[in-house]
Amino acid sequence: MDNYLNKTYIILDRELKGYFRTPLASIFLLVFLALSSGMTFFLGRFFERDQADLTAFFSWHPWLFLVLMPAIGMRLWAEERRSGTIELLITLPVTNTQLVVGKFLASWIFTLIALILTMPIWITVNYLGEPDNHVILISYFGSWLMAGAFLALTSCLSALTKNQVIAFIISSISGFVLIMAGFNLVLSAVRSWSPNWITETISSMSFLSHFSRIQMGVFDLSTLVFFVSMIILCLWINVQLVQVKKAD
Amino acid sequence: MSDKLINATNLKKSFNQFIAVDNIDLSVSRGEVVGFLGPNGAGKSTTMKMLTGFLEPDNGEIFINNINLKSDPLKAKEYIGYLPEGAPSYSDMIVADFLSFIGKMRGLNDNSLSNRLEEMANQINLKEMWNRPIETLSKGFKRRVGIAQALIHDPDILILDEPTDGLDPNQKHEMRNLIKRISTNKAIVISTHILEEVEAVCSRAVIISNGKLLANDTPKNLENKFLNKNTLSIKVSNKINNIFSKEIKSLLKYDDVKIQKTDISTHTLLVSDSKKNPNLNTVLKQISKLKLDVIEANFQKVSLEEIFRTITSENNSK
Repeated sequence: MDNYLNKTYIILDRELKGYFRTPLASIFLLVFLALSSGMTFFLGRFFERDQADLTAFFSWHPWLFLVLMPAIGMRLWAEERRSGTIELLITLPVTNTQLVVGKFLASWIFTLIALILTMPIWITVNYLGEPDNHVILISYFGSWLMAGAFLALTSCLSALTKNQVIAFIISSISGFVLIMAGFNLVLSAVRSWSPNWITETISSMSFLSHFSRIQMGVFDLSTLVFFVSMIILCLWINVQLVQVKKAD
Repeated sequence: MSDKLINATNLKKSFNQFIAVDNIDLSVSRGEVVGFLGPNGAGKSTTMKMLTGFLEPDNGEIFINNINLKSDPLKAKEYIGYLPEGAPSYSDMIVADFLSFIGKMRGLNDNSLSNRLEEMANQINLKEMWNRPIETLSKGFKRRVGIAQALIHDPDILILDEPTDGLDPNQKHEMRNLIKRISTNKAIVISTHILEEVEAVCSRAVIISNGKLLANDTPKNLENKFLNKNTLSIKVSNKINNIFSKEIKSLLKYDDVKIQKTDISTHTLLVSDSKKNPNLNTVLKQISKLKLDVIEANFQKVSLEEIFRTITSENNSK
């Protein structure tokens, strides 16, 4: 077991350091911070709302992640396949599950670093008023969990292609579908021709509806189960795709 | 228990309708260097990918050091060092970090890893490039990094897919010397298009075409097997003009006698007959009457290249 975890950690370590070996990490972090602050203060009207909370900050996260998570995750498998290094990895004495989990965790930890860097906003809101820090903490955790689901989806889809741009596009489109599943516009269109349970199922698949509950400070088991099972399912499919597509 | 480090039987692999490898058997013992020869698309790389566990065969079994690759892939892979075609590596990493990553993944502890890294730096001549990003290295050095990652855990089995492809003649020579140096206690399989490489480093040549194994023997035995006993080649240090040439031809009672100018002072007589093989002693006795000075006499040698062409083109025409 130790050996199993150790090798997963070695993969994670290489991947995580890989982000910082190129300008990718600094560019991503800069873009993430600029966009998240810009959206909070300008689009979210942080000051005009005159409320000591971070709703204006968190409510944009699903849309931000829709573009930024595919940008982080698109290279995970597409690049291995393009450069041929997948052949090195698969012929090492490790399982595909270790490889997939190690790579995913690296990208997830990188996202955690990005989220931690936004904490000055949290400090600011505490300086300006008396926010419910419990809700903010839950929202941070929920945001990270949702980012994990986006990343697992991207990692899985990046195993389908050798082209990072294609991986980015299909991941963004799939993420968009999962966000839109919670919109009334989509649900009412589905409701008009399908039984109620289908509408309910589609609604329950939505990242948006789960994340809105988290933002209100409601973190129930179904939300946790939804995001965790989404991650596990995507990573399981990822392992299968690596196995099937490795030699294409 | 078999003493074969690699023992593969009835390997078969198809991609959709295309049969890439068709019932190949291959075994390699410690100390052997097996040269895998074949035209492009013959199935060399596919076979190597199966031997390393990258691809699963549709049929057949592979034992690595008596361990079934299918039932215990992690254990079996520990014994293998593999250089894939094109020597892929993480180009953004520096050489030291890349080799260290592969070493750790191969299960080396800190002590043995630092020893092996030092050995690789010296043995493969990577010292001067040690802290350079791989993407900035020349093709020759990238290939060396590929060899170093395959050797980092000092494996019993080395599988090298075109290790000298794209290298200049000096680098090729260096690479062959390296393979020879490390071959004594390992089982090595190398694939190549270059026949002189097989003659230079391999103790056995395996010729494969259209997924089928066509020959599996030592380079020497292959040459002997394909020795053209119908044509006797005699090199003489005499100048031969047209009149003399006719005199020789009339003296030698064989169907076909050709006289070729080899260089300024030597000529070669090529003697053959459709009914019987020419007899070396008889021919030598006959030409001694003409006071020809014989430098060399043998049945015409066939190069490994000609053997390769003959075997693979015969298979293609079938």
